[in-house]
Amino acid sequence: MEKREYQWAWLMVLPVVLVVSFSAILPLMTVVNYSLQDIFGPNSRFFVGTDWFTEVLRDPALHGALIRQLIFSSAVLLIQIPLGVGLALCMPKKGPWVSVSLVLLALPLLVPWNVVGTIWQVFSRPDVGFAGVILNSIGFDYNYTGDSLDAWLTVLVMDVWHWTSLVILLCYAGLQAIPDPFYQAARIDGASRWAVFRYIELPKLKGVLLIAVLLRFIFSFRIYAEPFVLTGGGPGNSTTFLSQSLATMAVGQFDLGPAAAFSLIYFLIILLFSYVFYLTILNMDREG
Amino acid sequence: MLPIYWLLMMSLKTNQEILSSFTLWPKDLTIANYVKIFTDPTWYPGYINSTLYVAMNVVISLTVALPAAYAFSRYNFLGDKHLFFWLLTNIMAPPAVFLLPFFELYQSAGLYDTHIAVALAHTLFTVPLAVWILEGFMSGVPKEIDETAYLDGYSWPRFFITIFLPLIRSGVGVTAFFCFMFSWVELLFARTLTSTDAKPIVVTMTRTTSASGLDWGLLATAGVLTLVPGALVIWFVRKHIARGFALGRV
Repeated sequence: MEKREYQWAWLMVLPVVLVVSFSAILPLMTVVNYSLQDIFGPNSRFFVGTDWFTEVLRDPALHGALIRQLIFSSAVLLIQIPLGVGLALCMPKKGPWVSVSLVLLALPLLVPWNVVGTIWQVFSRPDVGFAGVILNSIGFDYNYTGDSLDAWLTVLVMDVWHWTSLVILLCYAGLQAIPDPFYQAARIDGASRWAVFRYIELPKLKGVLLIAVLLRFIFSFRIYAEPFVLTGGGPGNSTTFLSQSLATMAVGQFDLGPAAAFSLIYFLIILLFSYVFYLTILNMDREG
Repeated sequence: MLPIYWLLMMSLKTNQEILSSFTLWPKDLTIANYVKIFTDPTWYPGYINSTLYVAMNVVISLTVALPAAYAFSRYNFLGDKHLFFWLLTNIMAPPAVFLLPFFELYQSAGLYDTHIAVALAHTLFTVPLAVWILEGFMSGVPKEIDETAYLDGYSWPRFFITIFLPLIRSGVGVTAFFCFMFSWVELLFARTLTSTDAKPIVVTMTRTTSASGLDWGLLATAGVLTLVPGALVIWFVRKHIARGFALGRV
């Protein structure tokens, strides 16, 4: 079905453009301003060109944060996407249990992000928390406040708990959209469970899966409140991700210039990745 | 579900029990924490503020996103693809990037510490998300319906409200749910843009830190209470969500 050419449609989009410009473009301009100037006071600012950018790009602490961030985001995608698909396949298709399980699934998504951190902070305490006590009693030496690896893993598990639901919900929606005749045809052909998944469900899920990957990637890249509450970025810097380095820089130390430069670089990285994902989605739409 | 159960149990325990030993269920069951929150009026404004700005956000997002999503799903116009991608990039914007500029912007606009400031700040990601989701739903509605309505002499607004909206009711429900969810859980903007008058509940909760350390029981109780509105919303829109998910892009 071809869409009509209709320039007046701009009028319908205008409110969105205005609202989003107010909250996106104006601030972004301020950030660009900061990133190019050294600011001492309201009336004394100097143009410093790309100095802040070079400074930020050479900062080893930020390299560390970026690498941790990339590993974390990859781990998030590698665990949550397959897990989400798997669980979505196990969900009941019809009946009263559908609503119940949907509601239960959506619950973790509705916990305010700092509360997520708080819950896990207690939940995984080695002395009184459920996860901590169980892990130690079966012989692991687990202590997320002392051991970097434990802390990192705790943040990962927390993220899996918090966000896998979103992947499940998306995949479940995708599965529901597959018309019954596909399954009937498969049954007539005597297809195995695996074949049904590989040749019917997976191709049909392609679209939602890409959205799931995109959303999960973006949100894992922006993770802030949860590790902040859970570990405060420590021990050492083991759970300091990009957002947190940025917040420390901007609000903690008031290094406006470098923070702004860092913001822009950060934004560009996300944009680049997202653009690649977006193009992939468009291509798939065209093919499928 | 375990961590949520844990939170619920914690809210029913005394602080001593939480910190002294590991128990699966409360030994000394207590509702003191709940009593404390419900009887202490300093807790109320947090919940009211949060509810207010979340509601504002949902209304604003839906109002501006509906016509835009319709335009994106039905028409080709100059720069439509670029505009759509630009909107999506805003979902990706890390809140930390916008923190300081937002603070300055809203302060100079005289909106600092008002509900509308937080609501507007959250539109940064709820509006694009709403457009995106709604576009998916609208594209699922056959175009013939629009054309038949025009032939029957419907004006656009009348067609949109009486025929089109009911068709994508589930989509609107799902969209509202997502806007609600993101606005409800967001903390960074909400905290930066408010001081006293519009302070959200997530910020009020940080108050539980006292000289003797954190008041875990009280914190857990407040946490449980932040879940309640969310759980209520899902419960009411659950049918729409199940059906909406089946129809649309999300």
